[in-house]
Amino acid sequence: MLYTFIALVENKPGVLNRVASLFRRRNFNIESLAVGRTEKPEISRMTVVVDCPNGDYDAHKIEANLYKLVNVIDVQDVTHQPSVTRDLALIKVMVGPEKRAEVNSLAEIFRARIVDVAADSVIVEITGTEDKIEGMIELLRPTGIVEMVRTGQVSMTRGVNDGVRRVQQGAVGNRYENEYEDMAEMAP
Amino acid sequence: MKKTGAEIMWECVVREGVEVVFGYPGGANMPIYDAMLSYPIHHVLVRHEQGGAHMADGYARASGRVGVAMATSGPGATNLITGIATAMMDSVPVVFITGQVAAHLIGGDAFQEVDVTGITLPITKHNYLITRADEIAEVVREAFYIARSGRPGPVLIDICKNAQVEQCEFVYPEEVKLAGYKPVAHAQKDLLDHAVKLIEKAQRPIILCGHGVLASKAEEILMNFAVKTQTPVASTLLGLGAFPASHDLSLGMMGMHGEVHTNMAIQNSDLILAFGMRFDDRVTGTLKTYAPRAKKIHIEIDPSEVHKNVAVDVPLVGDLKTILTDLVPMVDEYDHDEWLKEISDWKAEADTRDIMNWPDDGKLYVPHLISDIWKATGGGAIMTTDVGQHQMWTAQYYALDKPNRWLTSGGAGTMGFGLPSAIGAWFAHKDQEIWAIAGDGGFQMTAAELTTAVQEQANVKVAIMNNSFLGMVRQWQEFFFEKRYSAVNMLSPDFVKLAEAHGVPARRVTKREEVDEAIAWARSITGPTVIEFRVEQEDAVYPMVPAGAALDHMLQRPAKA
Repeated sequence: MLYTFIALVENKPGVLNRVASLFRRRNFNIESLAVGRTEKPEISRMTVVVDCPNGDYDAHKIEANLYKLVNVIDVQDVTHQPSVTRDLALIKVMVGPEKRAEVNSLAEIFRARIVDVAADSVIVEITGTEDKIEGMIELLRPTGIVEMVRTGQVSMTRGVNDGVRRVQQGAVGNRYENEYEDMAEMAP
Repeated sequence: MKKTGAEIMWECVVREGVEVVFGYPGGANMPIYDAMLSYPIHHVLVRHEQGGAHMADGYARASGRVGVAMATSGPGATNLITGIATAMMDSVPVVFITGQVAAHLIGGDAFQEVDVTGITLPITKHNYLITRADEIAEVVREAFYIARSGRPGPVLIDICKNAQVEQCEFVYPEEVKLAGYKPVAHAQKDLLDHAVKLIEKAQRPIILCGHGVLASKAEEILMNFAVKTQTPVASTLLGLGAFPASHDLSLGMMGMHGEVHTNMAIQNSDLILAFGMRFDDRVTGTLKTYAPRAKKIHIEIDPSEVHKNVAVDVPLVGDLKTILTDLVPMVDEYDHDEWLKEISDWKAEADTRDIMNWPDDGKLYVPHLISDIWKATGGGAIMTTDVGQHQMWTAQYYALDKPNRWLTSGGAGTMGFGLPSAIGAWFAHKDQEIWAIAGDGGFQMTAAELTTAVQEQANVKVAIMNNSFLGMVRQWQEFFFEKRYSAVNMLSPDFVKLAEAHGVPARRVTKREEVDEAIAWARSITGPTVIEFRVEQEDAVYPMVPAGAALDHMLQRPAKA
């Protein structure tokens, strides 16, 4: 299943490469990875969506391995935490003036916007969850998508709730301490 | 005061207590070599950068301090790679300093430019690319701190040539500030309590002593714990020496070529206390049937090792010495006489298959030779090895009572490690006897370092176990490939002449009765020596757990007819 992690990392050259290389090296499949600055200039924030076929067992592994990187400051798993999740897509659709209204009304339903109009194409910008964007894409497909770009998912937990931290700066435990017996079952 | 980047580098390196570095100069690190002349550093000119990496590694393992190896950019740096990976797999603190082309040339395929930080990313604990002189002080300080703290490991610093020559104000950073790196020492109290309960209930406990015991300098507290709870101690390959082999509670080595009674004890235990070890596939056999009835307590500094191969009941993450110091007063005294008796019965049975208990048939067997060296040196030498049969036999028959005298490439299994790591160890302990045990294959991989040994007059004794085969591969082909020998017949040069050409006194031993005299001869000489032993060609290392088999399904030496 897909797990979502939020990692705070030092904003230094090569850190993205270190994280991506770690996932490759430890044989994890990244579904999406989005990275950008935070309110603190020295810290960047990553949202990583990873396929974890062994569930929490893999999630533990990912968290623990991320902490091996000297530039990683904090890792939390927000998969099961109430959170706001967004992805942004720009979709260029082949459409002449006669059918623009149709695309426009479709966009309105999805709270998307047309952000560029050319003679025979428009660019639709849509923000939302993965599902919503997939839905929009399906409906636009028959019209003729010529180009598409997505930012990848970004997530933030609601309210004061943090995600799960199975490993905290080196310590396996904390919220995890009562789960270790289950862990024994989960190992492949 | 303004200094050049190269000077700043040495200022910081000297402040870390470094006295010796192993390296090789070249175009991209010449300013570093020039500045070195002004600092109290002994530089060992190696014959190949891989040798330099292993020397720094051997120095670090033997001394418990950070080793330093240097190389120039491009091929100089890539020649280090095997040595870096070796240090990484065995968690050895080594700082590698490589020259790099000038910052403005990076990415332009300049002469001797290689993306060294890119290449070494997966095989270093951390690495740095320095493009400006004012970065150097902080980075060098961090690099040494990262290398030796937490789970130790190699750190590489790649310094652009312009950064070496530029001048800037030198301010030594007194503190290391790393937002994302804070190794923990103590384990959580509630988990410790849980561990105490498991220890109390255990009837058949066993300690698995790993390299972490040495890294954490926890030998003494381990002894306290083992004696207080009367728990037998099995050791991983790299943990050998952390617990005295002659102690009643010592079970020797576990795993693929571990002792029969040790592996039996693990499989039949009801509590495994894993101390600073990582359940490598070479010590567990197949995980499906590994220690099926045992609860598991894992004391480990690296959280990514917890639950990695074996899911454990109580993970205690932190510094082993600190945690054991917390734990020992919490546990009661126990005795496990029945359990210890059971183990010693297994041992008695297994001993009948031990070649040491067989009548001498006049042939040269490596186990006998290792035992002879052990007797001659009183078991007190620093032993280094290459990788393969001779390595396992040395692990089995050179019983160590003291720590940090056993230098072998465990995780990476790097051939050619023996001679250079012995030279490195000599710089750590010039007063101690040092033997490098090598195979005919591995020795030829780094034999050029013989000249380094001569140039430095390093007092290392090389024993080449020459069976004219790549012995361990041959053994696998014999056991698992229907004896179809493929690429294992090894023609070697005349090792005696080869050594003598390097200026190293050398002898060849072909008969049992020449052994003691040859060992005594080597010990009587100050400086490097080589003895080539022409050993039994097709002997095999026993016991052996075949890859993928259960740990207690061991092949034992066939009973003598």
